[in-house]
Amino acid sequence: MISVFQQHWQELLVGFGNTLLCSVIALFFSLIIGSTFAIFEVLPSRFLHILGRVYIEVFRNIPLLVIGMFFYAVVPQYVVSINGFTAGTIGLTLYTSAFIAETVRAGIQAVDEGQMEGARANGLTFMQAMWQIVLPQAFRYVIPPLGNQFINMVKNSSVLAFVAGFDLMYQGDLIASTTFDTFNTYIAVGILYLIITLPLSYYMRYLEKKMG
Amino acid sequence: MSSFAEAYTWINFRFLLEGLWVTVEVSLVSIILSFIIGSALGIVRYIRAPFISTIVGIIIDLTRNLPLLLLLFFTYFGLPKVGIRMDPLAAAISAMTVFESAMIAEIIRSGIQAVDTGQMEGARACGLTYWQALRVVVLPQALRKMIPPLVSQFISLIKDTSLATIIVLPELLYRAQIIYGQNTRYMIPMFVALAVMYFVVCYALSLVAARLEKTAG
Amino acid sequence: MKRLRNILVLVCLSLVMVTLSACTNKKSSQQNAWQRAESSKTITWGVKADTRLFGLMDIKSGQIQGFDIDMAKAITKKVLGKDGHAKFVQVTSKTRIPLLKNQNIDAIIATMTITPDREKIVDFSKIYFAAGQSLLVKRGSTIKNVRDLNKAGTTVLAVKGSTSAVNIKKYAPQAKVLELEDYAQAFTALKSGQGEALTTDNGILFGIASENPTYHVVGGTFTKEPYGIAFDKGQGEMRSKVNAALAEMRKDGTYQKLLQKWFGNVAGFDLKEASQQ
Repeated sequence: MISVFQQHWQELLVGFGNTLLCSVIALFFSLIIGSTFAIFEVLPSRFLHILGRVYIEVFRNIPLLVIGMFFYAVVPQYVVSINGFTAGTIGLTLYTSAFIAETVRAGIQAVDEGQMEGARANGLTFMQAMWQIVLPQAFRYVIPPLGNQFINMVKNSSVLAFVAGFDLMYQGDLIASTTFDTFNTYIAVGILYLIITLPLSYYMRYLEKKMG
Repeated sequence: MSSFAEAYTWINFRFLLEGLWVTVEVSLVSIILSFIIGSALGIVRYIRAPFISTIVGIIIDLTRNLPLLLLLFFTYFGLPKVGIRMDPLAAAISAMTVFESAMIAEIIRSGIQAVDTGQMEGARACGLTYWQALRVVVLPQALRKMIPPLVSQFISLIKDTSLATIIVLPELLYRAQIIYGQNTRYMIPMFVALAVMYFVVCYALSLVAARLEKTAG
Repeated sequence: MKRLRNILVLVCLSLVMVTLSACTNKKSSQQNAWQRAESSKTITWGVKADTRLFGLMDIKSGQIQGFDIDMAKAITKKVLGKDGHAKFVQVTSKTRIPLLKNQNIDAIIATMTITPDREKIVDFSKIYFAAGQSLLVKRGSTIKNVRDLNKAGTTVLAVKGSTSAVNIKKYAPQAKVLELEDYAQAFTALKSGQGEALTTDNGILFGIASENPTYHVVGGTFTKEPYGIAFDKGQGEMRSKVNAALAEMRKDGTYQKLLQKWFGNVAGFDLKEASQQ
């Protein structure tokens, strides 16, 4: 297993970097999209509420792999030419944003309603109150679950291997299928994933405990 | 649009449905097995028995922080190196059960912990033994709290069966690929069919769960 | 307490690693495929399910059909006798060698070209199908052979990581090569005009053309891609039995009958070339 690292550290490093890169990009965009749909869900507008609900339910109930393959196999033929990394990252973003929307919505609803009313009474518009008063508090509540979403995202980014996304799983698989040392290669890849996910997961548990 | 009419023949539809059945079969078996194993592991971890709880905790943490796809590859391509050979169906069920048991164990543990410790103390003060208190007072309350995260975990499991297409398990996604591989015009119709089929199964489960939660709560 | 726990995690992790590595260092016991086949009266073949004419899933019956399948069935009967049973496992280019190495399958008969690189990892039977790289173009195209492609501004479509992608760069160095994931995608790209020609083994191209009559195969073959049946290293007994069966099938006409069945009606296909040994 050590020899896998010794002989293939360059490929593994590229994969490790791509996995991190894709997870960070997907986290950034899914936070924006997710928060937007979460706000839709708590807005008084019935239309936006339904729109938010439909978006969340659709992306939560379809496998990430199907979404990713759609962007990889279908979109380049009919819309715009994108490579595997981009297709996979878009799929990951859309998929995760549905979960983040649910998390953020729960966070917003956990903030005391009096906060919103108080802010409105002090002359803030709904959006101002949302942005400045409610969301900052909501995010405090949702940091641990968001952290867990990020861990899920790092794990889920392995579907990029299906769409030639050059992520850690893809690189590992390439090494395994050229050296046929499947056993040790997959263990090596597993250790690299754990380097990202395990500390994060312990930190999130620590945060959860601290926040009680 | 004509490609939709051509793609949605009874023959293709039946071929997909056979795949959906494989998906449901793998999901059901994995859900049942991982619920049993996961509950046991979660309780073991919760009771903080010396040594054994720590070991179980470590295994759970290692497993649930790995991608399922990696576990699947390891099971199907890696384990034969140490003499454990499985067909795609057995490999898919094994990998999913191992992964989901770890995820469920974590849900069970935090669910039990979320029930106020005062409950346990009160029950003990009333003369119940530790096990009686756990079984009669703590677990039923915890279970109610656990229903939503458990259900979303089960939904994830159903969706994750699609990963087994890479080890050539003839489930829904694999069969759709076979169909559009033979006629590329069927690609979009097949993706639509896939989305609808997965959605119906997963959404139905979440509706059932919502109902269950209402009657339980 | 917390730190103690973390240290414990690390210690256990490294212990597990060491044990596991130690496990694999013991060479996993290789079974004799021939003895296993003989006692179970079954040979398990790895076959393609997505390649027309060679191994294609029939959606109506759920059975895989093609030249590779019929060859496997015939060989099984020859080596194991009338009650011999051929079992089929669907493979992809990605899964076929690991499955063979892991002894999930006994042999691969899945449009697999004999190459020196592959011969380092697996053993091949004698050639059972002499394929060669060729070109698929739209009917009426100005491209007649591989030389017509060798000019700037032409794009050739190939499948990622295949020998044909490497070859075309050699035979038409000036053309641009666009590599796609699989044949379905490559052909879609050809239809949507992203390239002038699609290149791979002739047998596979004839399979695509047979379903899409506005496209045809041109220029004959410009490389040799001999298909062989692959076995794991150290399965010499199995291999020699299969080679003997192949030779017998060529002699008694079974081979020609099967070739005729699958390729006899394919316009422009050179049966003689394909049956070269």
